[in-house]
Amino acid sequence: MPTLFVNKERVDISSSVPGDTPLLWILRDSLNLTGTKYGCGMALCGACTVHIEGQPVRSCQTPLSSIKMGADITTIEGLKSKEAQALQAAWQKLDVPQCGYCQSGQIMSAAALLAKKKRPTDADIDAAMAGNVCRCATYVRIRAAIHEAAKSVA
Amino acid sequence: MRKRVATPDAGGLTRRTFLKVTAAAGAGFTLGVFSVEGGAQQTEPPKGAAASGTIEPDAFVRIGSDNTVTVFAKHFEMGQGTYTGLPTLVAEELDAAWSQIRVEGAPADAKRYGNLIWKEFFGTDAQGTGGSTAMANSFMQYREAGAAARAMLVGAAAAQWKVPAESIVVKNGVVSHASGRKATFGQLAQAAAQQPVAQNPKLKDAADFVYIGKSFPRTDSKAKATGKAMFTQDVKLPGMLTAVVAHPPRFGARVKHFDAAGVQGVPGVRAVVEVPNGVAVVATGFWAAKKGRDALKVDWDETGAVKFSSSELLEQYRKLAETPGAVARNEGDAAKTLSSGAKTLEAAYEFPFLAHATMEPMNCVVRLTADRCEIWNGEQFHTVDQMNVAKAVGLKPEQVFINQMFAGGSFGRRANPFSDYLVEAATIAKGLEVQGQPGIPVKLVWTREDDMRGGFYRPAYYHTIKAALDASGMPVAWQQRIVGQAIQAGTPFEQAMIKNGIDATSVEGAANLPYAVPNLYVDLQSPRVGVPVLWWRSVGSTHTAYSTETFVDELAAAAGKDPVEYRRTLLVKQPRHLAALDLAADKAGWTRPLAPARDGGKRARGVAVHESFGTVVAEIAEVTVKGDAFTVDRVVCAVDCGIAVNPDVVRAQMEGGIGYGLSAALYGAITFKDGAVEQSNFHDYPVLRINAMPVVEVHIVPSTAQPSGVGEPGVPPIAPAVANALAAATGKRLRKLPLTLA
Repeated sequence: MPTLFVNKERVDISSSVPGDTPLLWILRDSLNLTGTKYGCGMALCGACTVHIEGQPVRSCQTPLSSIKMGADITTIEGLKSKEAQALQAAWQKLDVPQCGYCQSGQIMSAAALLAKKKRPTDADIDAAMAGNVCRCATYVRIRAAIHEAAKSVA
Repeated sequence: MRKRVATPDAGGLTRRTFLKVTAAAGAGFTLGVFSVEGGAQQTEPPKGAAASGTIEPDAFVRIGSDNTVTVFAKHFEMGQGTYTGLPTLVAEELDAAWSQIRVEGAPADAKRYGNLIWKEFFGTDAQGTGGSTAMANSFMQYREAGAAARAMLVGAAAAQWKVPAESIVVKNGVVSHASGRKATFGQLAQAAAQQPVAQNPKLKDAADFVYIGKSFPRTDSKAKATGKAMFTQDVKLPGMLTAVVAHPPRFGARVKHFDAAGVQGVPGVRAVVEVPNGVAVVATGFWAAKKGRDALKVDWDETGAVKFSSSELLEQYRKLAETPGAVARNEGDAAKTLSSGAKTLEAAYEFPFLAHATMEPMNCVVRLTADRCEIWNGEQFHTVDQMNVAKAVGLKPEQVFINQMFAGGSFGRRANPFSDYLVEAATIAKGLEVQGQPGIPVKLVWTREDDMRGGFYRPAYYHTIKAALDASGMPVAWQQRIVGQAIQAGTPFEQAMIKNGIDATSVEGAANLPYAVPNLYVDLQSPRVGVPVLWWRSVGSTHTAYSTETFVDELAAAAGKDPVEYRRTLLVKQPRHLAALDLAADKAGWTRPLAPARDGGKRARGVAVHESFGTVVAEIAEVTVKGDAFTVDRVVCAVDCGIAVNPDVVRAQMEGGIGYGLSAALYGAITFKDGAVEQSNFHDYPVLRINAMPVVEVHIVPSTAQPSGVGEPGVPPIAPAVANALAAATGKRLRKLPLTLA
């Protein structure tokens, strides 16, 4: 029986779950972790971004069978790092969200960025965040909030 | 459903209209609603909630004994900030503390929660959001609701403390008296409930505003920054199944026959249901439903299907543009002036179909029982959806109950005269009932591909404009023809909304050209071509702002005049346009040269000013061109939306509107090949990403006028501003969208 650790909790996955099931739908439909969103199903929009072993991945294109058993998976619900909290505070301080549907994915990508780059430049932000679409185009504030969070953690 | 084209005064709501509605709403109400953080899917009336220590002086406010102030938002939150703007109005007149404010989506009840601007227009109660009307039609209504609640709290305190009501002070959620007595709203709620409902409460003078005009934080940022905000996609009910639908490959095709043999072997599939526009596979979860859908074999009857390719449609539109259409505006004699030998210019413009491409693809949850159809949806069009859903499942409209969810964007897509995806979801629930599985909740989920190919696009348009200039280069005649599908043709609104062959949504922004041109003629050809079309954030202005603002820029160039100065001369009688234009030009440093590009690219500015939905926006774009490639570096925006209720939300809407408009300007096109839509997902329908987002600077024109909307008006000026900047840099006038220099 495949086992994953989702937000530090052990999850045993029934063998009746097909191996081609994307992680996204295991999180949403089986575990009811609905903060991770479905946007495109082709890893084009980033709304489904989660961390596997600390790395940002698009869960819509991550079939169960491709995940190393025992892997540590973090979703927006389990994001607890200092950087993540600073990002969520900055997101609120600058009122980044509009419709909000993409914002879990934005924050997951931003948290992965700050975990490896303490003071990202605009170019770093573009490179790390260009995979996350926001149709409300809150990009001006996403950029500002990442800088703000970086400053507050440093 | 849209309001007005040439009547810009969105704030012109009469007080009488409001009082009439309030009187109807005065009876109070109880109905299930969602809190902002979602979670509890409460659908029955909250038992006893209104009875014990709470007051609901009207349909808009509930003050709880726990000291919360709940504002019932009649307009949905799709990102535009209504869940912040409407409570601001209540908090202002109630003198509540911002921290005690909660927001819940109001239930479907057109009598209480109708859109007052739509009512003015249609003469009937209709609930819904659109046309950037949420703030404009609620401004007095929600303030009066707050003032009425305040009067009841004050009345209760006066009675308890035996002091005159006039001597009581309410500030930041605390009711107090000079004698030192003090109470919270919660402490007074029970007694206040016994007070008569104030019928004509006094409203504050603008000088006394503490909330309006300040930027209080959005009420939904926390839920949206933590993944807790509940969208339709996130609804989970006990026993709920998920449906994915096979839609026809061409609009207008029908199911001839389907073979579900391959579906039976997919674990988790529970049912296959034919619906009017396809075949649904219903399963225990999304993945099983999608695999089941992909295993279906459907034969389509394409007798009535769309067969054209985009190039053929354009050819048809070009031919149509040679023939006069229905007249939308006619002043003086443009034709005669044009043939009088003056200098003339002409241009033709091409606009593709556009998909809304909301982040949350269309979806809907339905639970259907014998006498009740319950809907969970990011609900934009309550009254219309109740009627269409009721008809589809054989109930009465009042038997359709709607739970308001956060909407993952809409941009017009969720206000559909046919309620397309809601009806589809309800029909699937009906099909399950017919197959002996009644009462099972079902969630319809469209994939991104379903959404992209599901129609209801911004129509494709073709424009021609001719102008004649006098000796000083100023226009003396302007003749414009617009060709494209009428959004409201074939809808239930056609009879009321298409007058003398004119769907106002096709010509708005052109028929009300703000420039002083003595001979002005605008007409319209509205072919029926079978593609489902719909309003798309800023509607007619998505194309009319482009053609009018790039063409007037060409006229300025032909006259050898500065584009801002040329517009100023033509806007002498348009003080709001002038003020926005001047503010943008000043802040952008229009008269100063741009700093040169570091890598040798050519830099230039372009300007556009446009009014939509009663709001005037001017934008100045700075571009850098290198070879055939270009970037939009900075946009300076000035907006006059009357009183800016929450200036930071106004700024956010301008930033977002510019970004949304840039997606269309730089990339957006839905095209057809042999009747089939060629695009399917974000790889072939690219949208703006952070690395192409310019710096945006927003300036608000000070105003004491009643507020108009801000959700849409930031969109129209950006494409022409960019095109005008590209023309300034390269000399090339781009007349086809999306913009390309290649």
